Amino acid sequence: MAYSFPEEVLEHVFSFLSSDRDRNAVSLVCKSWYDIERWCRRRIFVGNCYAVSPEMVIRRFPELRAVEMKGKPHFADFNLVPEGWGAYAYPWIAAMAEAYPFLEEIKLKRMVVTDDTLELISKSCKNFKLLVLTSCEGFTTDGLASIAANCRHLRELDLRESEVEELSGHWLSHFPDSCTSLVSLNISCLGSEVSFSILERLVARSPNLRTLRLNRAVPLERLANLIRRAPQLVELGTGAYSAEIRSDTFSNLADAFSACKQLKALSGFWDVVPSYLPAMYSVCSGITSLNLSYAAIPSTDLVKLISQCQNLQRLWVMDYIEDSGLDVLAASCKDLQELRVFPSDPFGAEPNVSLTEQGLVSVSEGCPKLESVLYFCRQMSNAALIAIAKNRPNFIRFRLCIIDPQAPDYLTLEPLDAGFGAIVEKCKELRRLSMTGLLTDRVFKYIGSHAKKLEMLSIAFAGDSDLGLHHVLSGCDSLRKLEIRDCPFGDKALLANAAKLETMRSLWMSSCSVSFGACKLLAQKMPRLNVEVIDERGPPDSRPESCSVERVYVYRTVASRQRLDMPDFVWTLDEDSSLRYS
Amino acid sequence: MDSDLNLKATELRLGLPGTTDAISPPKNNKRSSPDSDSAPSPPKAQIVGWPPIRSYRKNNLAEAESGSFVKVSMDGAPYLRKIDLKVYNGYLELLEGLEKMFKLTIGEYSEREGYKGSEYAPAYEDKDGDLMLVGDVPWEMFESSCKKLRIMKASDARGLGCAV
Repeated sequence: MAYSFPEEVLEHVFSFLSSDRDRNAVSLVCKSWYDIERWCRRRIFVGNCYAVSPEMVIRRFPELRAVEMKGKPHFADFNLVPEGWGAYAYPWIAAMAEAYPFLEEIKLKRMVVTDDTLELISKSCKNFKLLVLTSCEGFTTDGLASIAANCRHLRELDLRESEVEELSGHWLSHFPDSCTSLVSLNISCLGSEVSFSILERLVARSPNLRTLRLNRAVPLERLANLIRRAPQLVELGTGAYSAEIRSDTFSNLADAFSACKQLKALSGFWDVVPSYLPAMYSVCSGITSLNLSYAAIPSTDLVKLISQCQNLQRLWVMDYIEDSGLDVLAASCKDLQELRVFPSDPFGAEPNVSLTEQGLVSVSEGCPKLESVLYFCRQMSNAALIAIAKNRPNFIRFRLCIIDPQAPDYLTLEPLDAGFGAIVEKCKELRRLSMTGLLTDRVFKYIGSHAKKLEMLSIAFAGDSDLGLHHVLSGCDSLRKLEIRDCPFGDKALLANAAKLETMRSLWMSSCSVSFGACKLLAQKMPRLNVEVIDERGPPDSRPESCSVERVYVYRTVASRQRLDMPDFVWTLDEDSSLRYS
Repeated sequence: MDSDLNLKATELRLGLPGTTDAISPPKNNKRSSPDSDSAPSPPKAQIVGWPPIRSYRKNNLAEAESGSFVKVSMDGAPYLRKIDLKVYNGYLELLEGLEKMFKLTIGEYSEREGYKGSEYAPAYEDKDGDLMLVGDVPWEMFESSCKKLRIMKASDARGLGCAV
């Protein structure tokens, strides 16, 4: 019985719960547990910044120290969400800076972050320690300068693949000499030079530095000096890995690497000169994560490097590796868990490298722990997919992209339904799936029947009719995120499964056959869903109701339905189905 | 008029050279009405956001293109190698690279005598299919015209001069 334990004891017990799910479950037990839990929750994850309002979060959790949040839908990565759609961080930060003076960590993904936002964080949160901005935009190096200058205890500054307007390279010099707390610095997304001497001094005075990811502008000749000042590094991202071939540069670099006994992850590798790769061989046996996805290196050199890394768990590489290289990977790296193969020439009409479905089959055969795959290729067959599914029933993430979006089985010219069907049937723990190729409603029937643990599904140019969408919405019990583009899915399936949408985080449909009338009906039926019509052709009510909308984004929300920051191409619908503009 | 001036070739736009409208800015992604049934497979070059690669990666890709890989054969060797000409800044580096790759010495180039004093001489096949001696033309010209490299025995290379 709750009242026989003093609150302090319960609080202490709850402090061992780190998972959000556990904490959410605990808070549902009874009112007093709800109250105790909310006062001692320190970390929160908001998967959709519009699903809840800052005020609601602050009211419920008065003592947060760490906030993680996501903004734009995933398809924004591929330019499918028009510029200006939303996901502004400022309103959140403004509210939280006031409510949480002890806020320490902020992680944002796909959000618009301005310099003002960064300045506000740096000036309001005296104990600020960690800033991770993944695929964000809207800020300049001035914003970074405020963070560097004002956050006295900064431990992590990680600008993963964000778009930064670079006004000057001098922002780095705003770290005061007294700042020695850095543990992680990732500036790999920056295009322009930063002052090397400033960087070197910063690295030299950061004894706890574990992660250093440089940008392309840091030349190879400078790398040795930087590494030498941080032999305790665990993760290193190089700059451009090319230089005139000179033996002193080489031996300098090799010496520096050999002093790094703790190195586990390597990335960077722009503009690689293969002759310099052996400089790293001394650390290869300890490497568990290798990101060569920007490195244009021929297969032979890739293979030489990879076969030194027997403890590799994660490999990101370009298709230069070819089937032959993947064979070697399969033979050498038995601990491999994640493989991503990116296309070197995605827009070319003809294949430029010899990478086919065979490479993936080899790796699935040879690597017993492989559970996560992202694979770009130009041909696929049902036979290969079936073999892969049989070899590797432990897949958790399976993302396949065939360059020609409606490519059939290249051997039989049939749809790839059977192949993907095998994947979902055999891989019972599958949580994420992206499919391409010629696919009919049948594949969605398989998915609906078998993919019971599937949480995220991405579909493009697939299916024949609403039945396909219906199978997915009615069958996938664990579905949280569904993103669809260019499929003949429309009103019937959507409206028949309206209730399902409230159990999901979001649904994105672009260039499908969803009519404006159906959007209105959906909004009417489901008051706790925000139905956003994103259409650049002008107000949807200026066209017949049966007209399809360009894009619709549906997400559950407990915030007031109308967000106030909508641009002129986004409309939401009130309960009475009247059109609302911002 | 347009074709005479070839305005398209000098047009500034997003996208890799040689492709048409492969990447369009978001505002312009007008698509044909999704109401049209049985949409035929759209031509690859005109699909927005396809293949699904993030802009960040696409931008880096444009510079990582490797149209400059060429095959290198060596007389007497059982198989060929491939190198990326782009990684070398000039002939000196290229020859050093070749020497390392094939474990041989190539010797010094002189305009008059080619590669005197070594067992091997580097030659290349140019756009016209002619076998040329490496080193005669400026590096940039060589880079763009070299289709294949061949490391020949010096004895066979005698008499190989620059095509006039």
